[in-house]
Amino acid sequence: MQRETMPETHLIQTTVNGQAYERHTEARQLLSDFLRHDLGLSGLHVGCEQGACGACTILFDGQPVRACLMLAVQADGHALLTVESLGTPDKLNVLQSAFWEKHGLQCGYCTAGILMTLTAFLQDNPTPTEHAVRTALSGNLCRCTGYQNIVAAALLAAEQMQPVDSTPQP
Amino acid sequence: MKPAPFVYHAPTSLGAALMLKAEHGDEAKFLAGGQSLIPAMNFRIANPALLVDVNKLAALDYIHVVAGELRIGALTRVQRLEHDPLVRAHWPLLPETVPHIAHPQIRNRSTVGGSLAHADPAAELPVILTALGGRLRLQSSTGERWVGADDFFVSLFTTAIATDEMLVEVAIPAAPARTGTAFMEVARRHGDYAMLGVAVVVTLDAAGACSAARLIFLNAGDRPMNAQRAAAALLGQLPGSAAIEAAASSATEELEPMGSVHATPAYQRHLARVLARRALRLAVQRAN
Repeated sequence: MQRETMPETHLIQTTVNGQAYERHTEARQLLSDFLRHDLGLSGLHVGCEQGACGACTILFDGQPVRACLMLAVQADGHALLTVESLGTPDKLNVLQSAFWEKHGLQCGYCTAGILMTLTAFLQDNPTPTEHAVRTALSGNLCRCTGYQNIVAAALLAAEQMQPVDSTPQP
Repeated sequence: MKPAPFVYHAPTSLGAALMLKAEHGDEAKFLAGGQSLIPAMNFRIANPALLVDVNKLAALDYIHVVAGELRIGALTRVQRLEHDPLVRAHWPLLPETVPHIAHPQIRNRSTVGGSLAHADPAAELPVILTALGGRLRLQSSTGERWVGADDFFVSLFTTAIATDEMLVEVAIPAAPARTGTAFMEVARRHGDYAMLGVAVVVTLDAAGACSAARLIFLNAGDRPMNAQRAAAALLGQLPGSAAIEAAASSATEELEPMGSVHATPAYQRHLARVLARRALRLAVQRAN
């Protein structure tokens, strides 16, 4: 087969953070680069580009995945969430506030990926043990914090996400 | 750290995918979960001219039981094996092993078929499928055939899949009564490739003697390594401490560990003996 010399592009339709996009993407473009460069979602960080560090973790149809191990063209017809879907600088969500409160980040490079991993984890495990949190974080590298404050933040967020029992007492 | 250019197809039927493979042969690669292929392409270790993305073949994503035999579609995500109630009830070796395979973010994408076809000797699923006596269905545009796991894994990243074939389904037989299984591995960090691992399957007869046994090792050679002589020596014996220790020791002689920066071959053999002893004990306990 003659190897392509001109970039081969594909038209994709994808929903990112609730917004629908229609874009042309080169077949070989990584999903992480598409989200950062084409959609401007630079909250997503790119670390190792080999699936080891977890910095680029996003939710793909609700499931945490590595954006650097997928092609942008594979996002066609799927719904994605990046860290931009959580709170805003003025109004952090519960998990982000817990990271603020517990000093769960230092340089912040890994944080976006960790927030997305924990977002999915806390949905599935609303009352996790410390051990379960540590296991859940095993796929995200952080070279600053030593993880202690990240674990503390995750546990605080879990506690604060507990639904308040509003059932009227008889 | 970016893939070289390639032509991309995402067929919506198995027939179309197989036609593309038949037409383009070795220049075409199937893209399933991509958790090994994409990093290899990012590094440009893999440089396919044509990618056939099979993720739209939803008909290959299933777990069901046919006549007591577990059938898993090649596109089934590895993570599903951990929580599927049928698998948990009848093939507990699978859910026991899944948490050792990389991380949830990887398992949400990686597929059963992709992992098996990749044939990394340090991967868990090839070892598990071999231990459980599984079979693999290979399909091409001209026909299909079944291959046993023992014959499927040929050597490092090499399987019995022909150029025009695709792995489409895996079958795992029901375990006989009084069968116990266990999986153990040692990795430097949770989710890393293990320095060594073992899957054990033991069946006991009415008198409590061993009537069938399999010990399959991970990262102990260029493919899932079957310690056949050690397993054969257990047959007909009451699997007490002495028999188990003897089997675990002799199993290490059937391995060909290649060593790495993290573990010398001697250390891998040490791990093999200790893990085989522990896993055999646990499997016998579970069989009882």
